[in-house]
Amino acid sequence: MMVLVVVIPFSGALVCFLVPKRVRRYAGLAAAAATSLMVILFALIPKGADTFHHALGGWKRPLGIHLQADGLSIIFLLLTAVTAFLVSVYAGPYFDSPQEEKTVDHHFWTLWLLLWGGLNGLYISSDIFNIYVLLELVSLAAVALTTLKGEAEALIAALRYLMAAMLGSLVFLLGVAFLYAEYGILDLGGLGGELRATLPTITAFGLMVFGMLIKTALFPLHFWLPAAHGNAPAPVSAILSALVIKSSYFVLLRLWFEIFPSITTYAAAQLLGAMGAFAILWGSFQAVRQERLKLLVAHSTVSQIGYLFLLFPLTVAQITGEHDPSWSMQAWTGGICQAVSHAAAKAALFLAVGNIVHALGTDRLISLRDLKGRLPLSVFTIGIAGVNLMGLPPSGGFVAKWMLLNAVISSGQWWWIPIIVLGSLLTAGYVFLMLGHVFAPSRKPVLLEPVPRTLEVSAFALALCAIFIGFTTSGIIDLLQMELHAMPVPEALAWSLP
Amino acid sequence: MTELDSFLVYALTAVTLFALGLHSLLSRRHLLRKIMGLNIMSAGAFLLFISVAHRNGKEFADPVPQAMVITGIVVSISATGFALALARRIRKKTGLTSLDYREKPSPENHNRP
Repeated sequence: MMVLVVVIPFSGALVCFLVPKRVRRYAGLAAAAATSLMVILFALIPKGADTFHHALGGWKRPLGIHLQADGLSIIFLLLTAVTAFLVSVYAGPYFDSPQEEKTVDHHFWTLWLLLWGGLNGLYISSDIFNIYVLLELVSLAAVALTTLKGEAEALIAALRYLMAAMLGSLVFLLGVAFLYAEYGILDLGGLGGELRATLPTITAFGLMVFGMLIKTALFPLHFWLPAAHGNAPAPVSAILSALVIKSSYFVLLRLWFEIFPSITTYAAAQLLGAMGAFAILWGSFQAVRQERLKLLVAHSTVSQIGYLFLLFPLTVAQITGEHDPSWSMQAWTGGICQAVSHAAAKAALFLAVGNIVHALGTDRLISLRDLKGRLPLSVFTIGIAGVNLMGLPPSGGFVAKWMLLNAVISSGQWWWIPIIVLGSLLTAGYVFLMLGHVFAPSRKPVLLEPVPRTLEVSAFALALCAIFIGFTTSGIIDLLQMELHAMPVPEALAWSLP
Repeated sequence: MTELDSFLVYALTAVTLFALGLHSLLSRRHLLRKIMGLNIMSAGAFLLFISVAHRNGKEFADPVPQAMVITGIVVSISATGFALALARRIRKKTGLTSLDYREKPSPENHNRP
């Protein structure tokens, strides 16, 4: 069952590569639907050790590759499934429109399904080398997707993205080598149990976290993100901002809370939080200054990533350095809600902006004036997604920020409060910057390119999902309490220990 | 030389290689040099894995790191191939051989390291 979650998108990718061009779109959509359905079925089956753990090919640890799922995996799998399905629905007509057809070559579906399979695999893999391979797969597919348009700007952005992503994974790989040299095991749970605070371990911790920070584009390592996300075709920008960023964040959560909890300190957590705080302020400040719509949305991603990192300082108590203080569950819920609602809201925002760019033929912010009340659904989508990003009730973004603020107050780390508030204000600034132009009198009559209904509706559906997340928080809390099933700690092979 | 000493020699070489590659990636402007830097970094990481495999002093080496290195090589080859293809396409379209917008594309640029 669990294997199918990975196998379906990969086989779909192969099929899409082989079938003739004109059926590709349907094959891709069918594979996307099958994958989403599989993930939802998987999330619904009763939770037990046999269903949530699988040894590929029947090979025992530590030689075989194992898959296992916990609540966190299921949340990320579901988040990917819903967002990815709606983006796929959007992508079909988008790439078929005459405007895009000339420029985009038809490997979108192959790359996209490969990327999706990689994401699903990442969320259920249980050893750190497997995580490295899947991270590389995700990055390569993501970079290839950004080049689809083939414009020089997009190519340069893609190469810079590739270099940053490769640097991140190689640093991670070096960390894996250090850990293997020290312990002779690669298994997440096994490593967590064995961990000692030795120099190689701390080096490995630093390297692996640093690698993931580059990939997650946390300030000041975000240099590659705006260009790459801003120059890709609309569905690709949505995928990159909503899902790909979250995959390395997920790995970071795994590292921090499964492998290294015994050596993470108050200071390290505060450092991550501070970087997140700078990201929130810098990203929104840059977003307000942009003149191109897609770059504005891309900078907004930089700032929203910052909120994700407030989770780390809020799970470590200040004086005692005690882990898992009473409020950490709130911080967890807040962080995860932020990841989930940002995914849906940002995907919706990129898709809606894609519609407007499609209609107007340009992505200059100022040309929004020429819309003159047309395309109401897309503009409404921008509004709803904006409500989510700002964190107004009843959206998922509100729940996330509320939980984070609660955790801030109970933990006494008051210095995060102005950051969260100021970040929300700046977010409101750039959302109203977009909406304000829509309601301004137009400069000249413009003939709009017709936008297919499916495009508008799928973007709108994503925005509604983002709101809906506000009502499903209890489900998220239940899932978060389901931990990785305690596996017998694998014994290292006799020959791998010094 | 004892087992531990030879392991240390290999491990230090590996880390040095990684650092050299990183230096090349960060400080060189020419795309080819950057891509080569990435390759040298991965060679460093692989060397560390391989040196871990044989530090127990038994007759046979640990197969797990070797399997990982083979997988890693495959990943590294595909990434390098992709990066080279991108770099070529960029030069064809813009005449640039670096990611620096300020650099004026000129014919000599093509041969400059």
